[in-house]
Amino acid sequence: MEHSSLQRQVAYGKKSLVDQGYLDEQFYELEELEDEASPNFVEEVVTLFFCDSSRLVANIEQALEKCPQDFRRLGSLAHQLKDSTTSIGALRVKNECTRFREYCDEENLQGCQGSFQKVKREHAILKQKLEAYFQLLRQTGPAARATCSGD
Amino acid sequence: MAVATETQFHVLAVDDSLLDRMLIERLLKTSSYQVTTVDSGSKALQILGLQDDQTNSPFVSSDQHDVEVNLIITDYCMPEMTGYDLLKKIKESSSLKDIPVVIMSSENVPSRINRCLEEGAEEFFLKPVQLSDMNRLKPHILKGKYKEQHQQQVLQDDSITSSNKNSNKRKAMDDEISPEMTRPRLTSSLTVL
Repeated sequence: MEHSSLQRQVAYGKKSLVDQGYLDEQFYELEELEDEASPNFVEEVVTLFFCDSSRLVANIEQALEKCPQDFRRLGSLAHQLKDSTTSIGALRVKNECTRFREYCDEENLQGCQGSFQKVKREHAILKQKLEAYFQLLRQTGPAARATCSGD
Repeated sequence: MAVATETQFHVLAVDDSLLDRMLIERLLKTSSYQVTTVDSGSKALQILGLQDDQTNSPFVSSDQHDVEVNLIITDYCMPEMTGYDLLKKIKESSSLKDIPVVIMSSENVPSRINRCLEEGAEEFFLKPVQLSDMNRLKPHILKGKYKEQHQQQVLQDDSITSSNKNSNKRKAMDDEISPEMTRPRLTSSLTVL
């Protein structure tokens, strides 16, 4: 069966995401919460995160384009985004959010704009990587339990 | 599930973030708690039977619907009503003040933490809340149960003695505490530890 090699790939994929700092231990904590009753919990949480965060990123983008900028609102949006990243362990995005928020507090527009580009970039990269990860995971999931039918 | 012999403690979780509500619900369920989640302090107060205009109404229907809450866990940063505001309202209510309250926050601000603890919060959890944090809840729940039980016991003892005399006397004492509080479930739960 391809199964164990897939499992290895999944484990390796996850480990490298953590080693490269895209994710932190909170991601492992999420996995601990998966069981037979909630077998797809992590994926559900991550999907929800990207719904939330994509909306926030779009709102921040809009808010930055407004003139004059409402730094309080920007700071609040940054805070919400940072909170979300904390919940799933999205470390790199979280760190960029922290920097972004600092620029908001300083009302430093240029700093904000530069930092926000990094937030967006990290967010997009993480999304891509996690989508790939879950796609791989899905291949192992059903095969592990039911009769092995190709997916 | 057919017979409610096991006392499953009921936790009310309050957080404006859907993501965090999902997380806390999972954490609590995994730790064998019954969970209700709401997205605001005002909704929490509704569930607890406290409307804004009735600060002391233990007779409100929620008790009759068997919504007994053994612990409240709430986010600190919420729009309109913060976790701190909610905590205050709970502690100011004679019917709710003995329910243990735990505050969660993503920010480690000592002054905030102290303020909450001084106001009567049992604990302060830094987010992200983890499974290991769930182990810290039970002692607070049991303490709250003990207080409630003790209060009931005092009433029962008094009502036994007074029933031998005047029933009028008991009515005067029942002024604040509703008869609904003497539910058989509570006394049997004491033996489960």
